[in-house]
Amino acid sequence: MSDSLLEISNLRIALNGDSDKQVVKGLNLKIQPGQTMCLVGESGSGKSLSALATMGLLPKVLSPLEGSSIRLKGEELLGASPGRMRNLRATAMSMIFQEPMTALNPVARVGQQIEEVLEFHSDLGQSERRRKTLEMMDAVHLPDIEKLYRSFPHQLSGGQRQRIMIAMALIMRPQLLIADEPTTALDVTTQAQILTLIRELREQQGSAVLFITHDMGVVSEIADDVTVLKLGEVMETQNVDNLLRHPQTDYTRDLLRSVPSQVPRPPRSDRSEKIVLKTDDLCKTYGGTGLIFKSREVKAAQDVSLKLMQGRTLGIVGESGSGKSTVARCIMRLIDPTSGSITVGGQDIATLSQKELKPQRKNIQIVFQDPMRSLNPRIEVGQSIIEGPLNFGVSQEAAMARARELLELVGLPASAVDRFPHQFSGGQRQRIAIARALAMDPDVLVADEAVSALDVSVQAQVLDLLAELQERLGLGILFITHDLGVAAQICDEVMVMQFGRVVEYGPAAQVLGQPQQDYTKALIAAAPGRHWDFANFRPFAESAPAAGG
Amino acid sequence: MTDQTTATVAAPPRDTTTALTRVREIVTSSPIVLLATVLLAIVVLSAIFATWVVPHDPVRLTPSERLKPPSDTYWLGTDAFGRDLFSRIVTGGRISLVVGVGAAIAAVFAGLVLGLLAGYIRWLDAVLMRMVDGLMAIPNVLLAIAIVSLWGASLWTVLVAITIPEVPRVVRLVRSVVLSAREEPYVEAAIAAGSSTWLIMRRHLVPNTVAPLIIQGTYICASAILTEAILSFLGAGINPETPSWGNIMAEGRIYFQINPGIVLWPGLIVSVAILSINLLGDAVRDALDPRMAQRGIDR
Repeated sequence: MSDSLLEISNLRIALNGDSDKQVVKGLNLKIQPGQTMCLVGESGSGKSLSALATMGLLPKVLSPLEGSSIRLKGEELLGASPGRMRNLRATAMSMIFQEPMTALNPVARVGQQIEEVLEFHSDLGQSERRRKTLEMMDAVHLPDIEKLYRSFPHQLSGGQRQRIMIAMALIMRPQLLIADEPTTALDVTTQAQILTLIRELREQQGSAVLFITHDMGVVSEIADDVTVLKLGEVMETQNVDNLLRHPQTDYTRDLLRSVPSQVPRPPRSDRSEKIVLKTDDLCKTYGGTGLIFKSREVKAAQDVSLKLMQGRTLGIVGESGSGKSTVARCIMRLIDPTSGSITVGGQDIATLSQKELKPQRKNIQIVFQDPMRSLNPRIEVGQSIIEGPLNFGVSQEAAMARARELLELVGLPASAVDRFPHQFSGGQRQRIAIARALAMDPDVLVADEAVSALDVSVQAQVLDLLAELQERLGLGILFITHDLGVAAQICDEVMVMQFGRVVEYGPAAQVLGQPQQDYTKALIAAAPGRHWDFANFRPFAESAPAAGG
Repeated sequence: MTDQTTATVAAPPRDTTTALTRVREIVTSSPIVLLATVLLAIVVLSAIFATWVVPHDPVRLTPSERLKPPSDTYWLGTDAFGRDLFSRIVTGGRISLVVGVGAAIAAVFAGLVLGLLAGYIRWLDAVLMRMVDGLMAIPNVLLAIAIVSLWGASLWTVLVAITIPEVPRVVRLVRSVVLSAREEPYVEAAIAAGSSTWLIMRRHLVPNTVAPLIIQGTYICASAILTEAILSFLGAGINPETPSWGNIMAEGRIYFQINPGIVLWPGLIVSVAILSINLLGDAVRDALDPRMAQRGIDR
C-alpha cells in the first residue's frame, strides 16, 4: 500500500456539502510510480472533478465529504493547508488542461511563463533558470527554442502551446502528472505527437500519469490501467488490455461498442444516379482587398469539386484549417464563394441574391456542431422547428403538426414542442436540430461536425438516427468531420482536405482502406486506437488471421 | 449525460417567476438598493402628485417674502422672488424626470434601430459607425447647447438635445451584441431556413439586446437628469418660469450667501435621484448578468 504514489480512497464529492447531491460517489484509485492510469467516462462522470480535487482546485460549491481521502506519497491532501497545496503543486504534482490557449497567459511570453514556475518553487539564479527553461523546452521537442522563448501564446500553434503547458508542468519534475483531456482540442496528427511526448517524458522522468479522457482510442494508446466512471461511480478498474478484451460491466461494453471503427463499412450497393448537390471548382479567398495596400490573401478553399448522390453520404475529412467547414458554409451560402459553382436542385446557387436564393433554401439544410448554441435559448423548440416552414407559407397549425411528427421521428416525445432548449441534453438538442432541418423536406443535409461535441454513446445514437433517416427519406448527406472513425462508419465517399485543397477523393473503402496520398496515410496512422476493433473486443491483427503474427 | 431515446424527457419545470416577483427580488437584493428604491419612489411620486403635495403655488411671486429662511410656512425658505422653494423643487422634479425617462426611452429606441442596422447589414456599418464616431467626438453638453440654441428652448428641444448625444453609446452597445449574436449557429440556421432579415432581427437578435439595454437605459436616465440640470443652470434649458432642478439652482446661485438652501437642496435631490437610479441600474445588471455580479464581488 505504501508503494502507491497516489492513493484515492472513497472519494465522494458533493454539491454544497449535501450528501444527496454527490457528483463523485466513492472513487478508489491507486497509481504506482511510472504508471499511467486512465480515467475514462462521458460528460458528467466526475472524472475532471476527481482530478481537480487531487490538485486542491475544486470550485467552492463542491467539497469532498467526510471519509474521503487522497494521499500523495502517504500525505493526506484533503484538508492540507492552502500554502502546503501551493507548494505541492508543481513540485510534487502538476496538471495540464484541455485548452492550451486559455491555460496560458496571453500577454506574457511563453518562456517567462515556464520560468515563473522555477521562480516560485526554486532558488535558482536568473541565468540558471533560463538555462533550465530552454532545456525543458528542448525536452518537449519545441523547434527554435531561443525564438519561441520570446514568443507570445497566440504566435504558437495549438500543439506547440500544449508542449509549453507540458514543459511548465514538468519542469519541477513532479512525480505525478495529471492530464485532463490534453489532446481533445488538438488535431489528430498533433494528438499523436503529444501522446508520444507524454509517454516519453514519463519514461525519462519516471513520473506517474493520471490521464483523463473520453476517447477509447487514446486509452488504448497510452494507458497501463483504466478506471471507467459513469455518473460519479466507478464501473470497473482493469489493466488496459484486459479492459479492451474482457470488459466486466455492461456499461463498458456499450461504451466500447459505440466507438466508431476505423475500418470503412462495406459500400452500399443501391446506387442512385440522381445528383442532389454538385460543386465545380469552388473557391473561397479571404482578404486580398483594400484601397491602397492589399491585405494578405488566405485561400480557405481552392478548386473544390464534389458530387453528392441522392441517398448517399459524402464525408469531408481534414484537420482544423483544412477548409472543410468553409466548403460547407459556402454550399449553404452562409458565406459567399469567391468563384466556382454550386448546383442544388438543378440550379447554380453560387451567385444568386439572397432573394433569388430563398426558394432553393428548402432543398438544403444544415446541422451544426454545438448543440448548446444551435437552438435559440429564448424560444420554444416547436417555434424553432416551424420557423422555416412558416417562411414558405405553411400554416401555423400544419407546421406545428409536422413538428410533432418530426420530433417523434427523431426519437423525442411530441410534447417537446412546448419546451425550451435548456430542458434537453446535448444529444437531444442535436436531435431537435435535425428535426428542424428535416422540417423543410430537404434533399441535402449538411452535417458540420454534427456529432463532434457529443459523448461517444450519444454520438453512436445520433449517427444511427442519421442513417435511418437517410434510408427512409432518401437524403443526401454531406458529412463534415475530423474523426476518421466516424467517417469510416457512415460515408459512402470521402474527400480529404488539407490547406483548402482536396488531397484525395473517392469511395470510402478506397480512400480510408488503401490511401494513395501521403497526407491521408499520415492522418490514418495518427488516429488513436486504429489497431483495436473495440466493438469486438480484440485487436484487428487477431481478427484477420493472415495478418496475425 | 446520456441521451434519452425514449419518451422520458423530464416534465418542464413551470416558470413561476413572474415579472413582479423578479422585480421584488432585485429591489430587496441589498439594503442599499432598497433604500435607493424608496428614495426614488418618494421623488417620483411627489413629482407626479406635485399639485396635491405642494403647500404653495410654485410660480406665484410674493415679493414681500423674498429669500426667507426655512420656517413653518416655507419649509425650505423662499427664493429671490418669494416663491416657496420646497414647492418649486417638488414641481421641478416633473421636468427633470420627464426629461430623464423620455431621453432614456428615446435614446434606447433610436440606438436599438441604428445598432441593429449597423450590426447586421455590413455595408451600412462603416457609414453609420463613422457618423456615430463623429457624434461621440463632441462633448455631450456642448452638443446639447448647440441644438437648443439652434431651435430655441422648449421641453421638446431640450429632450431632443439631451437624447442625441446619448444615442451613440447605445448604438455601439447594440452593435456589439448583434455582432456576436449573428455568428450564433441558431441565427445561421434561421438564415438557412430562408427567414427574412426583419424576422431574424426581431426573433433572434433583439431579445439578446434587452438585458444590456435595460441597464444602459437606467444610466442614460441618470445622465439625462444631470445634463438637463446643467443646461438649465447654464441658462440654455427650459423657460426659467417653469421650475426644474437645474434652473432653481441657477437662479439661486447669486443669492448663495444669503440663502444657500436654494442651491443646496435641489443639488441634493439631483444627487439622490441620480445615485438611486444608478444603484438600481447596477442591481438590475447583477440580476440579469450573474457572471458580472460574481466577478464584481469575488475577484
